[in-house]
Amino acid sequence: MFGYIGTRVLLVLPTLLGVTLVTFVLTYVLPGNPALVKAGPLATPEHIAEMERRMGLDQPMAVQYWRYLRGLAHGDLGESHTTGRPVLEDLLQRVPATLELTLAALLVALAVGIPLGVVAAVRRDGWLDHVSRLVGVGGVAMPTFWTGLLALYVFFYALGVAPPPLGRLATGITPPPRVTGLLTVDAVLAMDGRALASALHQLVLPALVLGFSVMAPLTRMVRATMLEVLESDYIKAAWAAGLPRRTVVYGDALRNCMIPVITLLGVVFGFLMAGNVVVESVFSWPGIGNYAVAAMMSKDSGPIQSFVLFVGVVYVFVNLAVDLVYGLVDPRIRLR
Amino acid sequence: MTDLLAVRDLTVHFATDEGIVQALDGASLRVGPGEVVGLVGESGSGKSVTALAILRLLRPPARVLGGRIEFDGLDLQACSEEEMRAVRGAQISMVFQSPRTSLNPVLPVGHQIARLLVQHGAIRPREARARAVEMLREVGIGEPERRARQYAHQLSGGMCQRVMIAMALATNPRLLIADEPTTGLDVSIAAQILDLLGDLGRRTGAAILLITHDLGVVARRCDRVVVMHAGQTVEWAPVRALFHAPAHPYTRALLRSIPRVVGTGEMEPIPGWVPSLLAPPPGCRFAPRCALVRPECRAPVPVRSVDGDHRVACVAAEAS
Amino acid sequence: MSLAALGVLAVVALAALAAPVLLPYDPDAPDAERTLEAPGHRHWLGTDLYGRDQLTRLVYAGRVDLLVAIEATAIALSVGAVLGAVSGYRGGFIDQVLMRIIDTIQAFPSFILAMGIAAALGNSVTNIVIAIAITHVPIYGRLIRGEMLRIRETEYAEAARTVGNRQRRIMFYHLLPNCFPPVVVQATLAMGFAILTVAALSYIGLGIRPPTSEWGAMTAEGASYIVSGEWWIFVFPGMAIMATVLSFNLLGDALRDVLDPRMKGV
Repeated sequence: MFGYIGTRVLLVLPTLLGVTLVTFVLTYVLPGNPALVKAGPLATPEHIAEMERRMGLDQPMAVQYWRYLRGLAHGDLGESHTTGRPVLEDLLQRVPATLELTLAALLVALAVGIPLGVVAAVRRDGWLDHVSRLVGVGGVAMPTFWTGLLALYVFFYALGVAPPPLGRLATGITPPPRVTGLLTVDAVLAMDGRALASALHQLVLPALVLGFSVMAPLTRMVRATMLEVLESDYIKAAWAAGLPRRTVVYGDALRNCMIPVITLLGVVFGFLMAGNVVVESVFSWPGIGNYAVAAMMSKDSGPIQSFVLFVGVVYVFVNLAVDLVYGLVDPRIRLR
Repeated sequence: MTDLLAVRDLTVHFATDEGIVQALDGASLRVGPGEVVGLVGESGSGKSVTALAILRLLRPPARVLGGRIEFDGLDLQACSEEEMRAVRGAQISMVFQSPRTSLNPVLPVGHQIARLLVQHGAIRPREARARAVEMLREVGIGEPERRARQYAHQLSGGMCQRVMIAMALATNPRLLIADEPTTGLDVSIAAQILDLLGDLGRRTGAAILLITHDLGVVARRCDRVVVMHAGQTVEWAPVRALFHAPAHPYTRALLRSIPRVVGTGEMEPIPGWVPSLLAPPPGCRFAPRCALVRPECRAPVPVRSVDGDHRVACVAAEAS
Repeated sequence: MSLAALGVLAVVALAALAAPVLLPYDPDAPDAERTLEAPGHRHWLGTDLYGRDQLTRLVYAGRVDLLVAIEATAIALSVGAVLGAVSGYRGGFIDQVLMRIIDTIQAFPSFILAMGIAAALGNSVTNIVIAIAITHVPIYGRLIRGEMLRIRETEYAEAARTVGNRQRRIMFYHLLPNCFPPVVVQATLAMGFAILTVAALSYIGLGIRPPTSEWGAMTAEGASYIVSGEWWIFVFPGMAIMATVLSFNLLGDALRDVLDPRMKGV
């Protein structure tokens, strides 16, 4: 077990290094001269050359990479000239919005997707199974941005039940005092009913859209795993031992099915991050994805690579966490 | 003595992509209380299907088309699912072929035994846990308290099978069905497991239906034998009678085909091939390969008594 | 089911190829008198702000999307196949190095990495193809490496070695063709994914930009018309994406059932 933890943790380090190397290359390859960008439009050639020297752009790649790493260690992810602030600051300010959306979507995907996959497998070829297969096949093919636009059209424009996609709170509602940055949680903590209602109202549609987009692959995989488990020898032995259906299917089989599903959560998180960017764009949600894309549109190229780096690092750690939890939960790994 | 288990005329079909597999055709057998009956036949002869049918564990695409299974006066095919569940694991237990995969990998083995006791015996969990440890001890597992907390992957194959036997016998069943319980086990371990089964059977008074393809096992450990061929039961006899005076041509061929250490050392395989169960021959399914075949063999074969308890499904067999 | 998929794909492919001949309208020609017209008999899928016929634009955009998907898949497959074959067959240090590279690519969610590469390289069609190709290389690399590991120990490979073939010849001429079935399945499925990626990139502005029409970009144009009710501008491009991706997926599943039943849980 400790060997398992140890190897996993050790492997993280070279992976992180690889991640920084990739974003370094991408930053280096960016069109344009970073010194030019930093020096501003009125700079003279000597000024630019001076800037280049100061930024170390005339140094060999390896040295530049080292400076890049050092900068990262100090939290220097560059500056955004649309906001005029360090990118790290911008990102951290917007992370709670993305986090809230991601968690809400994850909740939706797990709460609906897993039971759907399980029941589809248990009542194979039943109507719910057909629904799950439809969801699985169809959901995977639908572009998330399109789902979002459809949802907006139907629920906002046509039915009028969803709010205009203008952000996390309706205009006119003051946000609750910031504790976690998650508006729903903060509203509960501050016992602010109005803010809570508004925050939820704004959150529902984007969370459903994002949740649905990752639900499709999740449901498929849960269904496939459950079907496999239900055919296994120990389940047959459990039936032969006269255990009631409830125990065999929703106890034994489900337990064995959930363990490999844990490993799926890492992949699901990856899908969530990807879908996040698009959903934030559709709903004008002020998260890190939207920030990076908006910056890119204003020719502010720093934020997007830092965004890629940020997501990459988080993804690495999420996968590590998933691996560790899996190792803890599966007795075959936990005990030698 | 009245039979504990009576299977009469069991017919089972499987619907597959290639057609209907007629897995069992009028199979019959009896097990008396406390007896050890060997059910012997080649792979594919329908032994496991029979076992699953007894416990009503066959699911579509399998269909039971006819026959009657009676256990201690209860009609196992007509009773409710609830009654059947009360029989499974409590009155009739089954031990399967691959012990390690037949145990749930994520539950401690002691728990798997204990919950059966709670399910079937209405005893409290703490008591059940203690009983489970006792059962582990009885099946010969050392340090049972420690082992009870362990998982299947931490036990050897032989130990897993002992656990399965413990699970099967914990509820004091009247009948234990052991389907090839020594597959994949070392020869010496296999012998120990069979000894264990025999011992426990005698001690608890449970009858055992021992399913195997190994005639040697049958000779040493069974009271009576039932021979199966291609989904049909062809001969029923006390073990000595079967080996000294086999009546059915298939049984005889089977006994002749066992390689012997002494004697000529020549192998005598059974001529022909096992018939396809998709389009089996009518009547006796051994007829196409049988040296004594007659026209009557193509019709359903009557069961004749050879000598007292020794019966055979053959028109050509002679008592010798 | 798969026949339907093939049918849809055939229609899409044909339409893409025959577009200039079949369609009466010029995709880029504005028509000031018929702006924002709902679908009707003159313009089956309606017109946009500039009066351009949406059906025509849709088909032309389809050519771009399909082209990007095919090119990206072809490049990723070739590079991945070489990497995987060398890695799987030679093993040892070179295997470790190549696998580390693949691991690094897979350390990012693929769409995010595609974003970064597209942002770094720029908005041209070629650059988007490269971006998607890079993120897809690991798929084929791992697949072929796995297959190579499996078959290099077979008697078939042993025979080729005994006869004295050079390693490169063994790898590419003898063993690689055996890897084709799962690769074909995976490529078909990945094509759908490539289309979704280019569409999403274009939607957020990092992909194909006007004047080149592309399904994702068209959808983005339609987004601003939701509040005013002109639904046809965003609905049809998205539908086209979904139908095409769905067809690729169904085709891929059907191919898998036929070519490689043992892959059935992947």
